[in-house]
Amino acid sequence: MIAFNARSTWTIYKREVLRALRTAMQSILAPVLTTVLYFIVFGAAIGSKMDSGMAGVNYGAFIVPGLLLLTLLSESTSNGSFGIYMPRFTGAIYELLSAPVGVAETLIGFVGAAATKSLILAAIILITATFFVDYTIAHPFYALGFILLVSASFSLLGFILGIWADSFEKLGIVPVLFMVPLTFLGGTFYSIDLLPEPWRSVAMANPVVYLVNGLRWCFYGSSDFPIGLSLGMTLGFLVLCVAIVAWIFRTGWRLRA
Amino acid sequence: MEPILEISGLTKTYAGGFTALQGVDLTINKGEIFALLGPNGAGKTTLIGAVCGLVRPSSGTMRVFGEDITRNWRSLRARIGLVPQELATDMFETVLHTVNYSRGLFGLAPDPARIEEILRALSLWDKRKAQIRALSGGMKRRVLIAKALAHEPDLLFLDEPTAGVDVELRRDMWAQIAKLRDRGTTIILTTHYIEEAEEMADRVGIIQAGSIRMVEETRSLMKRLGRTEAHIGLVTPLACIPEVLAGYNLSLAQGGHELLYRGGDGYGGGKAEVAQLTKDLVANGIDYTSIDIRESSLEDIFVDLLEGAAA
Repeated sequence: MIAFNARSTWTIYKREVLRALRTAMQSILAPVLTTVLYFIVFGAAIGSKMDSGMAGVNYGAFIVPGLLLLTLLSESTSNGSFGIYMPRFTGAIYELLSAPVGVAETLIGFVGAAATKSLILAAIILITATFFVDYTIAHPFYALGFILLVSASFSLLGFILGIWADSFEKLGIVPVLFMVPLTFLGGTFYSIDLLPEPWRSVAMANPVVYLVNGLRWCFYGSSDFPIGLSLGMTLGFLVLCVAIVAWIFRTGWRLRA
Repeated sequence: MEPILEISGLTKTYAGGFTALQGVDLTINKGEIFALLGPNGAGKTTLIGAVCGLVRPSSGTMRVFGEDITRNWRSLRARIGLVPQELATDMFETVLHTVNYSRGLFGLAPDPARIEEILRALSLWDKRKAQIRALSGGMKRRVLIAKALAHEPDLLFLDEPTAGVDVELRRDMWAQIAKLRDRGTTIILTTHYIEEAEEMADRVGIIQAGSIRMVEETRSLMKRLGRTEAHIGLVTPLACIPEVLAGYNLSLAQGGHELLYRGGDGYGGGKAEVAQLTKDLVANGIDYTSIDIRESSLEDIFVDLLEGAAA
């Protein structure tokens, strides 16, 4: 029988969600404001001049999945990393390490809370988008599943970052130096088909391309790649992150002396 | 006596090569207060960390409540509490929230009455809605104790529980710790205030350079190694100890102006001998102006032992 402490999990989850609400200005309002600015500049201003749209969709609507993903990736990573980094930084991690909780409880508690916050953000952004552009969601259940999967995967990545980082600088370096460029170059604002060779082939190595395309398919029913490929890539990434976290807990890397 | 913690051959070598624990063997009995004494870097915190799951031992075994803690860590950790040395907690949380969190983290259902009891006992109830950052250092430390007690542990580790706490509060905490023991909690504490160990501990262990040098009942240690020291200021200096006083352990100090007595057992046994000595001094016409008597403390014994080991 696999031991699992549900009450501990719920306790961690509840505390992390409450912590996010305590810092609502920073964790919810700031990303929403940033996304609104993107909609105004790219959707309303530039998009209105692009009569032909993009990939058969009005440009303002075309960027909704990409912008949603941009926020989901950065916020999930950030929430996941801060949740575990702060107790490490303050030393309060001692309590978690000495408690009868294992990898499953810790992951579901921390990553679940980070993903929940991302889902709340996603909902707010989608509602906000309706004020700027007309968009539809062709496959709402797939969209929900995909958003869940992406939130969980990148919250996990953030959790790994939070364990790896030994300074605030390192904590911020991965999102800024890697996540933002990959997202911007991953087809957030354009169709990957617009890129000439060899850049199109190079872009194929960017994992974010598959995420953007997956979500775009959920919205508009068409994308540059099959949805199965996007789902497979995201699931593969999730499994890889879980394996890394399991290894961290088994070896105590950066957690136990 | 029923052992509650049995440590055998525990060794810890950190990645950098520093060996913090070298084959530690230690048994703690149920219901006792055990004080672990040692200089900075002796391995006290590493030893506690190894039992509580913060440190991965290099070798050795640890049995808690009769079971191997590396195998049954889930059920055993639920019965262990830890108060760390550092004031490590989320300073923006309220007292009540953080203590409730600790209880839930250890898998227990909310119990407002029990939490209230703990907070009242630690004089924190009035501050339950305050953010921890707004509390004094002593109160923050009590919050950590409340967190450790929230899941009602049978074995409690207190790593420097009264560090930075004023004298009055320290005595308050001693009273709280004594109450815990009365309720059946076994307590292992490390402290720099050796007076604390002398006051509270049933047994003391001295750790130095990662090895346990000695474990003994506090009372028998004091009796064995404790001493009464009397400084008797003489009216007329002496050149040597008079023959009639040869039965006492005496020496001369301050150029013969002071007679120095050392003897007894650290628990008052020497005082009677000093009283008899003063009578003999008067009977032999040796007048004195002052007598200063003091019993040696556990601290004196501790320093002597460490110096002896170093030599």
